[in-house]
Amino acid sequence: MTFVTTRTDTGPLLDGATGKWEVVIGMEVHAQVLSKAKLFSGASAEFGAEPNAHVSFVDAAMPGMLPVINRYCVEQAVRTGLGLKAKINKRSTFDRKNYFYPDLPAGYQISQYKDPVVGEGVVIVDMPGGKSIPVGIERLHLEQDAGKSLHDQHPDESYVDLNRAGVALMEIVSKPDLRSSEEAAAYLKKLRAIVRYLGTCDGNMDEGSMRADVNVSVRKPGGPLGTRCEIKNVNSMRFVAAAVEYEARRQIDIIEGGGTIKQETRLFDSKKGETRSMRSKEEAHDYRYFPDPDLLPLEFDDAFVARVKASLPELPDDKKERFVRDFGLSPYDAGVLIAERESADFFEQVAKGRDAKLAANWVINELFGRLNKEDKSIAESPVSAAALGSIVSMISDNTISGKIAKDVFEIAWTEGGDPAAIVEKRGLKQVTDMGAIETAVDKVIAANPQKVEQAKAKPSMAGWFVGQVMKETGGKANPQAVNELVMKKLGL
Amino acid sequence: MSDLTGLTIAEARDGLKKKAFSAKELTEAHIKAMEKARVLNAFVTETPDIARAGAAEADKRLAAGAARPLEGIPLGIKDLFCTKGVLTTAGSHILDGFKPPYESTVSNNLFNDGAVMLGKLNMDEFAMGSSNETSYYKPVINPWRRKGSNTPLVPGGSSGGSSASVAARLVMGATGTDTGGSIRQPAAVTGIAGIKPTYGRCSRWGIVAFASSLDQAGPMARTVKDCAILLKSMASHDPLDSTSVDLPVPDYEAAMTGNIKGLRVGIPKEYRIDGMPAEIEALWRQGIQWLKDAGAETVDVSLPHTKYALPAYYIVAPAEASSNLARYDGVRFGLRVPGKDITSMYENTRAAGFGREVQRRILIGTYVLSAGYYDAYYIKAQKLRTLIARDFEEAYKKCDVLLTPTAPGPAFGIGEKSDDPIAMYLNDVFTVTVNLAGLPGISVPAGLSSEGLPLGLQLIGKAFDEATLFRVGEVIEKAAGVTPRPQAWWEA
Repeated sequence: MTFVTTRTDTGPLLDGATGKWEVVIGMEVHAQVLSKAKLFSGASAEFGAEPNAHVSFVDAAMPGMLPVINRYCVEQAVRTGLGLKAKINKRSTFDRKNYFYPDLPAGYQISQYKDPVVGEGVVIVDMPGGKSIPVGIERLHLEQDAGKSLHDQHPDESYVDLNRAGVALMEIVSKPDLRSSEEAAAYLKKLRAIVRYLGTCDGNMDEGSMRADVNVSVRKPGGPLGTRCEIKNVNSMRFVAAAVEYEARRQIDIIEGGGTIKQETRLFDSKKGETRSMRSKEEAHDYRYFPDPDLLPLEFDDAFVARVKASLPELPDDKKERFVRDFGLSPYDAGVLIAERESADFFEQVAKGRDAKLAANWVINELFGRLNKEDKSIAESPVSAAALGSIVSMISDNTISGKIAKDVFEIAWTEGGDPAAIVEKRGLKQVTDMGAIETAVDKVIAANPQKVEQAKAKPSMAGWFVGQVMKETGGKANPQAVNELVMKKLGL
Repeated sequence: MSDLTGLTIAEARDGLKKKAFSAKELTEAHIKAMEKARVLNAFVTETPDIARAGAAEADKRLAAGAARPLEGIPLGIKDLFCTKGVLTTAGSHILDGFKPPYESTVSNNLFNDGAVMLGKLNMDEFAMGSSNETSYYKPVINPWRRKGSNTPLVPGGSSGGSSASVAARLVMGATGTDTGGSIRQPAAVTGIAGIKPTYGRCSRWGIVAFASSLDQAGPMARTVKDCAILLKSMASHDPLDSTSVDLPVPDYEAAMTGNIKGLRVGIPKEYRIDGMPAEIEALWRQGIQWLKDAGAETVDVSLPHTKYALPAYYIVAPAEASSNLARYDGVRFGLRVPGKDITSMYENTRAAGFGREVQRRILIGTYVLSAGYYDAYYIKAQKLRTLIARDFEEAYKKCDVLLTPTAPGPAFGIGEKSDDPIAMYLNDVFTVTVNLAGLPGISVPAGLSSEGLPLGLQLIGKAFDEATLFRVGEVIEKAAGVTPRPQAWWEA
């Protein structure tokens, strides 16, 4: 299939020996539908069970067995389609894709070839630097996953695990609208965020819940499309970026060396960071697609679509817009916060009734920083949203300084406990009693007459006095009040 | 009690209720007949123990006055129906040793209604054939012989074990399946009745698939009424078969009023084919007269696309079969012939496991679905299918039911046509249109040929109007008079 790009701008370019090159990328992302049962059988779709524990007679393609569509999977596909702002096809059909492989028990995969359940849509991809790229979605269709061949269980036999066989996948096909490895990775990240927001796919790439086939070609800017190569089954954002980088460079080198690109399917070797040929166009399977006579066309009405639509959560783009509008956040900060639904929810709890910008700073810098450092997810955060909210409140009402707040955060992180109680118990409250601060300022000035003289000549020395006063008060004095008093007393 | 095997199902049902004989006696009489008729080769597997257990249960229920509709009626099950724990071969070597861990919906319905299983009936391999000669388990022999000849004749196909065992009084009725005529043609050439119900009337779940959009199960028995009794039990809406239809199953027996006054019987002119034997033509004219005598009127109708039915059928059916039979790969069940790698294992297994006719149809089917041929063959055949269905719709504006011959001739000798696939395929010339249009069709015994062999007439009905077929079929049956039993030469 050849898709037409909807991209009108010129993307980032690569340098070659003969000048600039444009990389053109389209992706087919397989996303496992979040559902209890498989697409056409009642067997469990759960990950990680003993081999062949989740296999029905239908999944094993026993004689006389027939597929029955799982309504919930259809609903999930429609939900995803709506999340991709795509056309929902109220009538779609299932086709058989025929090929022989031991992990494909029926000898065919049930897929949607001609008439997919979801048509054209769009995903907005935000790039660092503030550029937003609309990436066209060609289609989304439902299909079955295959099982897994195990070649390492026996010296001269292969085993087959059919737990995955028949699990529902959504294949989300983009238009060739991506122009760089960064854009490709960012697109995948955004797609993952959308399906995770929708609850239609868990997005666990290391469990194989999401994997991408990446189509890469290169051309002279504005020139005709080059011949593409498809890189199969890339299973992380990092690998997508690396695969595109390698493949684009490989193609440019071949063309500049006087060669031509052969259309082929390639594999990405993540250890070596390179792609290599899997099969050429001539070796491509003839899948002999035809409508599956065991299944009626999939039909639903507007009311069904409306019901699904009514159940949609707020999507990342809408949430980002709201964060900018209602909380006054920068688009960048808003983008960071909404990347994961859980982070956005956490932030909203922290920000509720508080200084939202301050809350955003604390969530992004302190919390995310710490979580990243310890490789924890937001769900595993030792500091709850309520606890972080309490810290933010105490900064805002001057109960503690920003510096003390970091100490409180550290205590709450390592030892747990309610930040307000920590502040109370450890006497960390900011000293706002002007009398006490004045005493401390006077004490420092009296003890350092030489420095006073120096400061009068060089006002920036005032900082030293502030530091000494803070030290004197155990860091609890309100730094602003100290600053003002020091300046006043030094006559600056 | 020696004539218990000569009873119809309706008679046996009454006899059992009146305690004229027991289910045990009825079953034993049939087991004895079955054992004496092994030369006919009608059974792949005899299950006398299951039959005896079923009869014992039936006698208990009869004694308790809790008889179910088919209580104690001994039946044969075509070996295409999966029967739990009982060898199911589909007439193929490739299903060697396959004992399904599940029961087909249709056979389950029959057993739930009290029917007793005598065994599994021989058939053309994967139901591909019109003579039962393609069975891995050797041909079935027709209990009928030409006058003054011992030449073994075919019992029709693919439900040849079913037709022969019913005609020879080994079973009271049998299940068949009909993809292009596999119930009606064997019924016609063995002097019994058989109906292919409307597509969707009986569940396909648990029936080894040949061509999914055409396959339909139906009953074969010695009278039209017995077929009505059996279909009432076999038919059901099955959530496990997406193509089964959620419509109430009428009381067919009650619909058999014998009154066809004013009924409009369509006579399709295209069924008067070149080279049709005079006695078939005469039989057809006789049938028209019988219906007129009973008060029906006849209408000349046209089914202009009839001549395309056979070519369309021999594209659609093999196409679906080539995909349906991909699951027989030696990996999970049935025959496995080892090889040096997976591909050679597939090749060895399928070469040894499939007979010539099955291989021929897999090749045809694979060819017509291949890239570059799909549009020219498969798509064109599907268009023809639509036109053929439309022909019937047009005809039914003018009539209620159609009358045609069932088969172009009586039973032929074993080996007479087996070297000429095209001549063999012509057996389906009057029956395939019905499958392509998804309509119901019944074959009713209507007389004997000049050589003393049974001939049948076919009635084709509107979708889901099996009731009319039974009503009109019984009128023909009565007008034709009692079909004589074949001489029991096999018992000598």
